[in-house]
Amino acid sequence: MKYMLLIYSNPAMVEALGEDLGKVVSDVDALIAELTETGEWVGGEALADPMNAKSIRVRDGVPVVTDGPFVEAKEYLAGYCLFECETEERAIEIAARWPDASFHAVELRPLMAQAGLEM
Amino acid sequence: MRPDRGVEDLLREYAPQALGALVRRYGQFDACEDAVQEALLAAAMQWPSQGMPDNPRAWLVTVASRRLTDQWRSEDARRRREVSAAALAPTDELVAPAPDDDTGAGRGDDTLTLLFLCCHPALSPASQVALTLRAVGGLTTAQIAHAFLVPETTMAQRISRAKQRIKSTGSSFRMPPAGELGDRLRVVLHVLYLIFNEGYTATSGPDLQRPELTVEAIRLTRAVHRLLPEDGEVAGLLALMLLTDARRPARTRPDGTLIPLAEQDRGLWRAEPIREGIELITHTLPRSMLGPYQLQAAIAAVHAEAPRAEDTDWPQIVALYNLLARVAPNPMVTLNHAVAVAMVRGPEAGLELLASLDRDERVAGHHRLDAVRAHLLEMAGDRDAARALYWVASRRTTSWPEQRYLETRAARLGAQ
Repeated sequence: MKYMLLIYSNPAMVEALGEDLGKVVSDVDALIAELTETGEWVGGEALADPMNAKSIRVRDGVPVVTDGPFVEAKEYLAGYCLFECETEERAIEIAARWPDASFHAVELRPLMAQAGLEM
Repeated sequence: MRPDRGVEDLLREYAPQALGALVRRYGQFDACEDAVQEALLAAAMQWPSQGMPDNPRAWLVTVASRRLTDQWRSEDARRRREVSAAALAPTDELVAPAPDDDTGAGRGDDTLTLLFLCCHPALSPASQVALTLRAVGGLTTAQIAHAFLVPETTMAQRISRAKQRIKSTGSSFRMPPAGELGDRLRVVLHVLYLIFNEGYTATSGPDLQRPELTVEAIRLTRAVHRLLPEDGEVAGLLALMLLTDARRPARTRPDGTLIPLAEQDRGLWRAEPIREGIELITHTLPRSMLGPYQLQAAIAAVHAEAPRAEDTDWPQIVALYNLLARVAPNPMVTLNHAVAVAMVRGPEAGLELLASLDRDERVAGHHRLDAVRAHLLEMAGDRDAARALYWVASRRTTSWPEQRYLETRAARLGAQ
């Protein structure tokens, strides 16, 4: 099963980390290296700060672009990663090791599969 | 460049034979497997334009041996630059021997030995599947990655890790001891079943780059059946695959949406695999010890024998599920059993059987339990409850085509 891990963050938390930020980055690098080695890593990226976001709404065929995220909230999506593993237990184990899970929260979502069985 | 079908099929036939010959000669499954892959690629490039060699298998063994010795030489050279040369063995003994020094006796056994090695119990199912497709099936890493919708680097890593794992278990290229044979064969059959299922449940249209995993699984299972014709479960699995795959043209609409068994156009079912599957399971059942693959094949055969859905011999199917529930109890079996019971004794009897699953952790909260219950409630005429459960099931599933099917069923029962 493929899972997407949604990594949430907020500016206050990043500021509070201060010099520990370097350790977080190296922990993430180590975890990605480990998942790559096990063949579970599928991909993932960090997202630029929501202040770089644009929201696009098309009304009557006309796109209206506004600066800023769609949902104004303290928490924002900071990045995502995709991995594939054998069980949900293993997926939770990986999620729990993502540094952000320790000082904030990450969300684990199974991907929809293209495959299906007739009933 | 993509080689034509004929050459590619031939290469896949030869892949395990060449690998078997190489591993028996040099040991080192890991390195030999890489060398055979390179030889297969070279053949796929050369044969279509330059013509087939007289002895294709010997050609592959020679080219793979050369790659292997080239690789060892360059590793030696590298090591020599790094460390003192004193401790190194002379490279002469690594030179490839003549390609025809083995007669090819026991080629079939090589396929089986390779399967046992690739389906080593120390590997995860995903790794067993990947390695089997590459080393026994002769598929490239890119093709396997494509089939499982992951990046090639991810699949390459899985395969190389699986090979390392096998190395670390100290397994050699030998048949498992007689005492373990039964258990090990069960793992092999499960891996073949997984490969088949991956191909069968795919609903995207034909894709030239995507290998037909059902065809591959049937080909490999057929090879095992040829080597172990007396094994009832091998024959049962082959029959199950043939009978299931025969329905493939009828199971989806052109847009990929699913068509349930009862509504499929049976004229689209493929006659030849059905004939073969029925013959195989009819021959096998009275002669072997009963097993889950044989029983599932028998159930598929009963469906295949009904010209119309309403002609289905449901009492016979219920009888087979009763046996299956005894031989291999499993909540997914109970779900199908409940549908069959409902067809014979009415929806209430089916719902009663389903109730036994509510406290089963393996399936409680699973969308299939909701979907089957919704189906039986619909049969019983309770449209509101059925519609509500179809919606729940459609939200729970992680399969896109199943979700669309369940939404359609819910919508068919009218608005909330």
